[in-house]
Amino acid sequence: MSVQYKAGAKLASTVCDGQILVLRVPAVPVDLRIGGAPVALASAVGERTAIDPALSGGIQTGKRYTDEAETMEFLCTKAGAGTISVDGVALGIKAAKALPSSD
Amino acid sequence: MNLFTLLEMAADAMGDRIAISHGEHDMTYAELLIAARRAAAQVHAAGATRLAYLAVNGPAAPVALFGAALAGVPYVPINYRLTDAEIAALLARIPGALLVNDVETPGWASANDGDPGVTLVSVMAFIGETLLHAGDAPDNDRSIAVELFTSGTTGAPKAAILRHDNLMAYILGSVDFMGADEDDAAIVTVPPYHVAGISAVLSSVYAGRRMVQLPAFDPGDWLMLAARHRISNAFLVPTMLQRLVEHLGKTPPDLPALRALAYGGGRMPPAIVERAMELLPRVDFTNAYGLTETSSTIALLDPADHRAARAASDPALRARLGSVGRALPMVDIAIRDEAGAVLPPGEAGLVFVRGDQVAGEYHGLGSLLDSEGWFPTRDRGWMDDAGYLFLDGRADDVIVRGGENISPGEIEAVLSDHPDVRDVAVVAMPDEQWGEAVAAVVVLAPGSTVTEAALQALVRDRLRSSRVPALVRFVEALPYNETGKLLRRVVRDQLA
Repeated sequence: MSVQYKAGAKLASTVCDGQILVLRVPAVPVDLRIGGAPVALASAVGERTAIDPALSGGIQTGKRYTDEAETMEFLCTKAGAGTISVDGVALGIKAAKALPSSD
Repeated sequence: MNLFTLLEMAADAMGDRIAISHGEHDMTYAELLIAARRAAAQVHAAGATRLAYLAVNGPAAPVALFGAALAGVPYVPINYRLTDAEIAALLARIPGALLVNDVETPGWASANDGDPGVTLVSVMAFIGETLLHAGDAPDNDRSIAVELFTSGTTGAPKAAILRHDNLMAYILGSVDFMGADEDDAAIVTVPPYHVAGISAVLSSVYAGRRMVQLPAFDPGDWLMLAARHRISNAFLVPTMLQRLVEHLGKTPPDLPALRALAYGGGRMPPAIVERAMELLPRVDFTNAYGLTETSSTIALLDPADHRAARAASDPALRARLGSVGRALPMVDIAIRDEAGAVLPPGEAGLVFVRGDQVAGEYHGLGSLLDSEGWFPTRDRGWMDDAGYLFLDGRADDVIVRGGENISPGEIEAVLSDHPDVRDVAVVAMPDEQWGEAVAAVVVLAPGSTVTEAALQALVRDRLRSSRVPALVRFVEALPYNETGKLLRRVVRDQLA
């Protein structure tokens, strides 16, 4: 099920505790899933379904997830057991250079 | 995106960690979240269009910042050091605000004609409110998170606008979530109305680093607090670091937990940085360069850069101790000439910056970004081959002597090299023959007998003759504002 998402949307997994914030998405509908099941609006999660074992690597709070071409980016706001996938491809953690605190 | 998300994440993942220590009181992330929900409820109850804060730094400032975000209104911290008339004038520009303040009968209330149209709430009542806003933060990435009045050193204060997406881009790009150890703590001495005061709150909350608030800087108090709270991190403006270094020279430091000192917000003489590194050899130093309009830091000279520069014998590498470092990964910096053409490394011009964290807009003036997103900082500077940025003062401070543009920075750098010169400001003074002439105002070390002629000779030796100050005046101290910004206009006025 492909949906056109917009930056700022808060989404939740329907198989685990995971929640994400949309930072950047392409201007086309995408099939966004966590743990193999379509995501829902964080405010509208219903009953949980089963996690796809092939997509159970988990997500960690504070990590940013992106596709290989970096056309989209999601911030994990709550950790969960499912892996984020878009159109069937699992997303990876965006590598960030560690910066010293300047504040 | 909404800044409130940062606090929700912190409260969810580390609710029991202490977020803020102030005096004898601690507040955890879970408590900070509840307090912010109460603040948002008060904004709604008052029907306020802004949440303003006019008090010294305290727990109520972070509460107001996040409470405003949840309520979907701008947070407007105001400089409590301004005169009553100045405060009244600023309040008149934010009608409909709910104002948190710590004075029962504020002098500004009767300073100007007419009621500024704000609703007052005391710090105590603000923090103690029990009504809770239980809803979600609005999804309002393009709406305004913070409005900061600039210090107005060149005219009436401008209201700089920082949107949620600007500040989020800065935090997500520069801070690791829960990157701090549980016992890490940072002293916050920058005032709440300064952009560094805003970024200190956001960075600390996202990193999970306890903030220890010190409303007024004093080197002795700072050291006592640092020892007592086992402070690991701190940010200081240049004048604070200078005063700390002078204090440490007399009393050896007892700072076993201190790992990192960042400084920025103004010109920092390399000699003081070297002295600080000498006194605190195990501490990592970071120089941060940023502006209100860029959501804080855009370039960093990191700890490895500091050590490499200090150990280098090559003058070009050693000079990097006086640079503000390289652009953050999510920011581009370019040097352009007056006509807008990009200049190669080594050539001085105007500093431009681009990136998602760059806001570059003001109320009434709109956005100053060009069609490609570049913001003119009005700072002058140049970059070396490796991208290290060297600042050379404000474009507005350039001295025009007989049609020749002279940057005060290069003359100040030469004069600062003299062992007896403790501080120096080079400014324009009116001149019948040249239009403007170069004047140097110098603070000498106690007991020094250096003469005007000796300092003129030093500049003549190192720079072109047009750079030699026509006048050198010796003073006890230069005028700075409380966040370490040299008040050049005051220096110029004193010469006139």
